[in-house]
Amino acid sequence: MKPVSELRVVNQPIRKKDYHALVTGQPVYTEDLAPRDCLVVKLLRSPHASALVKEIDVTRAKKVPGVACVLTWRDVPQLRYTQAGQSYPEGSPYDRYILDRRLRYVGDPVAIVAAESADAAERAIRLIKVTYEVQEPVLDFRTALDHPNIVHPEEDWKILYEQGSQVERNLICHEESADGDVEAVLADCDAVVEQTYHTVSDNQAMMETFRAYSYLDAYGRLNIVPSTQIAFHVRRIIANALGIPKSKVRVIRPRIGGGFGAKQTVEAEPYPAIVTWLTGRPAMIVYDREETTTCGCPRHEMEISIRICANRDGHIRAIHMHTLSNGGAYGEHSTTTVGLSGHKAISLYGALEAYRFDADVVYTNLQPAGAFRGFGATQGIFALESAVDELAHRLSLDPAWIRERNQVRQGQVMPSYFGEVNTSCTLDRCLERVKEMIGWGEKYPRRTLPNGHIRAVGLAMAMQGSAISGIDVGGATLKLGDEGFVNLLIGAADMGTGCDTTLAQIAAEALELDVDKVVTAQVDTDSSPYDSGSYASSTAFLSGGAVYRCALELIEKIKTEACHQKGWRPEDVEYHDALVEHLPTGQTLTLSELAYVAECGGGDVPSCTAHYTCPNSPPPFMAGAAEIDLDPETGKVTVVEYDAVVDCGTPLNPNLARVQTEGGLVQGIGMALTENARYLPSGALIERNLLQYKIPTRLDIGEIHVEFAPSYEEQGPYGAKSIGEIVIDTPCPAIANAVENACGVRIRELPITAEKVWRGMHPELV
Amino acid sequence: MILKLSLNGRPISADIPADQSLLDFLRAQGCYSVKRGCETSNCGLCTVWLDGAPVLSCNMPAVRAMGRSVTTLEGVRAQAEEFGGYLADQGGDQCGFCNPGLIMNVLAMERELTDPTEADIDEYLAGNLCRCTGFVSQKRAILAWLKRGDKE
Repeated sequence: MKPVSELRVVNQPIRKKDYHALVTGQPVYTEDLAPRDCLVVKLLRSPHASALVKEIDVTRAKKVPGVACVLTWRDVPQLRYTQAGQSYPEGSPYDRYILDRRLRYVGDPVAIVAAESADAAERAIRLIKVTYEVQEPVLDFRTALDHPNIVHPEEDWKILYEQGSQVERNLICHEESADGDVEAVLADCDAVVEQTYHTVSDNQAMMETFRAYSYLDAYGRLNIVPSTQIAFHVRRIIANALGIPKSKVRVIRPRIGGGFGAKQTVEAEPYPAIVTWLTGRPAMIVYDREETTTCGCPRHEMEISIRICANRDGHIRAIHMHTLSNGGAYGEHSTTTVGLSGHKAISLYGALEAYRFDADVVYTNLQPAGAFRGFGATQGIFALESAVDELAHRLSLDPAWIRERNQVRQGQVMPSYFGEVNTSCTLDRCLERVKEMIGWGEKYPRRTLPNGHIRAVGLAMAMQGSAISGIDVGGATLKLGDEGFVNLLIGAADMGTGCDTTLAQIAAEALELDVDKVVTAQVDTDSSPYDSGSYASSTAFLSGGAVYRCALELIEKIKTEACHQKGWRPEDVEYHDALVEHLPTGQTLTLSELAYVAECGGGDVPSCTAHYTCPNSPPPFMAGAAEIDLDPETGKVTVVEYDAVVDCGTPLNPNLARVQTEGGLVQGIGMALTENARYLPSGALIERNLLQYKIPTRLDIGEIHVEFAPSYEEQGPYGAKSIGEIVIDTPCPAIANAVENACGVRIRELPITAEKVWRGMHPELV
Repeated sequence: MILKLSLNGRPISADIPADQSLLDFLRAQGCYSVKRGCETSNCGLCTVWLDGAPVLSCNMPAVRAMGRSVTTLEGVRAQAEEFGGYLADQGGDQCGFCNPGLIMNVLAMERELTDPTEADIDEYLAGNLCRCTGFVSQKRAILAWLKRGDKE
């Protein structure tokens, strides 16, 4: 691969290919594209956290004019499946029916109604008569294990491979890993910090809520157009849920109005799909904001206990983390998120003599959790990067210095990261630079303003992965067309990230084409090459790797076809600048000429497909630093400035990488300060809309500065690693650390509300 | 009931349910740029102009537009393209779902405010939520776009 300085298309800040449609409001999203005669699908949802449907009477509902069907658990296949978008065999338990007689959280679907209009569907829902047998729910994840009430007592619950599940104990999975003798090192250290941290089930709150429509095509196949990150997994999951062959399902992905992991779980798709399958009619469901917030798949709530120790000289020698994770009512992504809370936090520290990580994930009768940007690492990094600051204070050391002393470095083996070698890493430069940007030397720890407010700084480090090693698969197909343009078919999902553009940049770079000559197609499971989908920080690295390999293969095919057309010998030709040159004569054949001849009796029209899977998952790294303003009279914390330096390898498109970072930081600031998820005693969520669930507005964020410190990852396309997830990981610990630096109060339970800070400052009054 | 209004400069007469929201009416008329993001009137996605002033079409009955002039992004395409280019130059278009509401408000802001400060801009656009960008690229785009005349 070319050095970064010689790249012409990759690493350039070009516009997104779809920008024009997006800024002129073209109808490119699911709801805009649905047939006008779609049935409107609505759900009756459970008012109880745990109940059995004793009787359900839909007679009156069915009589409402315009109602096409009313479905209850009796009408849908009773086949356990998982809605988690993961490579098969999924790690998530098969613990759902489309409609189940047993209801496991407030919002669990009881009945599906499809009607000619929303009014008719809503009227029918009000006329369904249900008798519930209400049961005692499991609402606190700390007491869920061995709780007398079992969330999943059913006999057909199953998991595809052993992960320590004991469903009769409400235990979805259990995990342990260790290296060295943690207890011996803990006993031998000068200082030990032992603390517990708590994060809540934050909501992805993407602007486009869950939605999908479906129809039967001319062949009687079920076509689904969902707002999804995982087209191929949707195909499998819907076929599993409906009990129909995969060949009967086609999934087409339009533009997506944001995902952040929410759309890595199948949420809305099964309901229109079953309606279409049973009635033959096109059908659409659009979740409203309240449904999306209360019946979706938010971040796993976690309680993380840490023991961390160091010598007086600042050498961090051992870390023990235990994570208790709240899976909620169904186990989507439960067994996979929890591991990241340990592996992607502990591995930030490269001088450990021992580590231990163990984890339990439990069922409760609360909204099921799922995938949200950061995927467990965010929770683990909040806990560990808070604990490291507590340890530094215990030893009277500068928290920045203790990180410099202990951070993982390039070339190190990472025992807590599956023994992988840290192949590319500029974490040291990230930390050094972010200290300069925030003015650490002058501002640490605090100063008091004339108005009495306290200004303080705090920082944190983070890592993530680049795709799921050895499991997930990126795919790309390239086809040469007339005039020498190239179709790029991918299975990855551009959910605003711009991967339709960045993947085209990789193809254009390798093929030495103008990026406008690479045409990216939206995902269609009938024609796109297989790809796991866009999640787990995979697209730039894994799908990008597939595009790169595919382009190299295409060049070979182009050369072969040129030799066929011209009678040249393969050893005499070279490909460059979108043409094939015959070196002995200097004759050339342009891609355009080659394509026209190939398309008219020439021979093979060059096209190829490549896939890429990687045996390891090179982590991106970053450092983030916050300056906060704390009002001691109220405890209110405001972010004045947030600075971040990211090592994502080569940024494929610096503009898009920057916006990913800025957006992730602001989501992290929201998670740190304002986004909360609390439950009523009934098990109903309190923060159920955008007035109560407070994502940051542009008035809440302060100054944001982002820089890059690129390493070069040999296994990624043109040196790239991932960027999408890591960027949410630093604000929670950095802001919590700044709060302690400001007023001595350590907040271990997110979000950091004014009330918690004020109470911490006035222990005598509470 | 019969609703008569001017939509993007065209006279429209339509038979609508009395309780239809302006948002649902506009989408039914093919103005798909108008999006819904919440039920609590605080995301800004459905922003359109009523007699030239920005309003949230989700919480306004369509009948309130009787005899008045409604403009959606479809009606200001050239201006949207121009500002949208600045947004795209920053990568700030992202998923695009909030773009129409934001752009309607940005265009209205330019008409309404003279030489706005960054704080004025944040204040004016505070009701336009976005979950992708963190707002920073949007601000870079707006500042560059407001200065576009300076170069000429």
